[in-house]
Amino acid sequence: MSNSSRCAACKSLRRKCPQDCVLAPYFPSNNPQRFSWVHKIFGASNIAKMLQQLPVELRGEAADCMAMEAYLRVENPVYGSVGIIYQYQQQIIEVQNEIIKINGEIAVYNALLQHQQLQQHQDSFFSTDNDFNL
Amino acid sequence: MGGNSPCASCKLLRRRCAKDCIFAPYFPSDDPHKFAIVHKVFGASNVSKMLQELPVHQRADAVSSLVYEANARVRDPVYGCVGAISFLQNQVSQLQMQLAVAQAEMLCIQMQQDPIMPTPQIEEVDPDHKPSLLQNNLPHQYLNFASSSNVRESFFGHDMVS
Repeated sequence: MSNSSRCAACKSLRRKCPQDCVLAPYFPSNNPQRFSWVHKIFGASNIAKMLQQLPVELRGEAADCMAMEAYLRVENPVYGSVGIIYQYQQQIIEVQNEIIKINGEIAVYNALLQHQQLQQHQDSFFSTDNDFNL
Repeated sequence: MGGNSPCASCKLLRRRCAKDCIFAPYFPSDDPHKFAIVHKVFGASNVSKMLQELPVHQRADAVSSLVYEANARVRDPVYGCVGAISFLQNQVSQLQMQLAVAQAEMLCIQMQQDPIMPTPQIEEVDPDHKPSLLQNNLPHQYLNFASSSNVRESFFGHDMVS
């Protein structure tokens, strides 16, 4: 394989890119940054090992997810993707609390409305010219 | 961390555990599995490099998150942590819809009430407006991770095999 058709992984590692290169389908030469992220965080041999252990039809998704995780770890070296997970968990709690609060307000309004309607009904009942012998 | 007993990392790597071993504070010898899983996914030298680049007071948190990620990847070798992110994104979307429905219902009640009813402080439902508590620091690309083609282009190769 000529130099110009090496995948991003082999280019970065300065080696020949064989026909059956495990990484080539998932780390094309036109996106070198994607490989640099995964290489920095997981290491080329770890990535190759992990992909080799998967059926071919799942390797694409796995490589994408590892690239995402590596990117998140580069962006946030302390928490990585766990930071995002935590933020989403916090958001969920906040939105749930907001929903509970609004549902509570709706319940109060509905109760007040019912009370108001009952009051109006009673008022109209007792304001007629009916003559009751009490 | 005893005087002469090697930490879990040095035990696994079969080397002498130096006094200033970078792993020792975070990988005690009584929990060999913790280092084993991090080494399996990230590699000891990568972990060492990552820790060295961090100030000391952040290293414990970094190790905890690395252990979490490594565990997630071993449990789910395809999606790892990203599976959890995707799941939580969907949950947030569903809750956003529920919130919008509740807010719309509240608005209807307000509009139906006569002036004697107290008017609560509630923002009007705007179809283009996400509730402000959701417009936090979370970058837009993560909110649309599962479907945004812009994100996929950045992270994912063009020759994806699926």
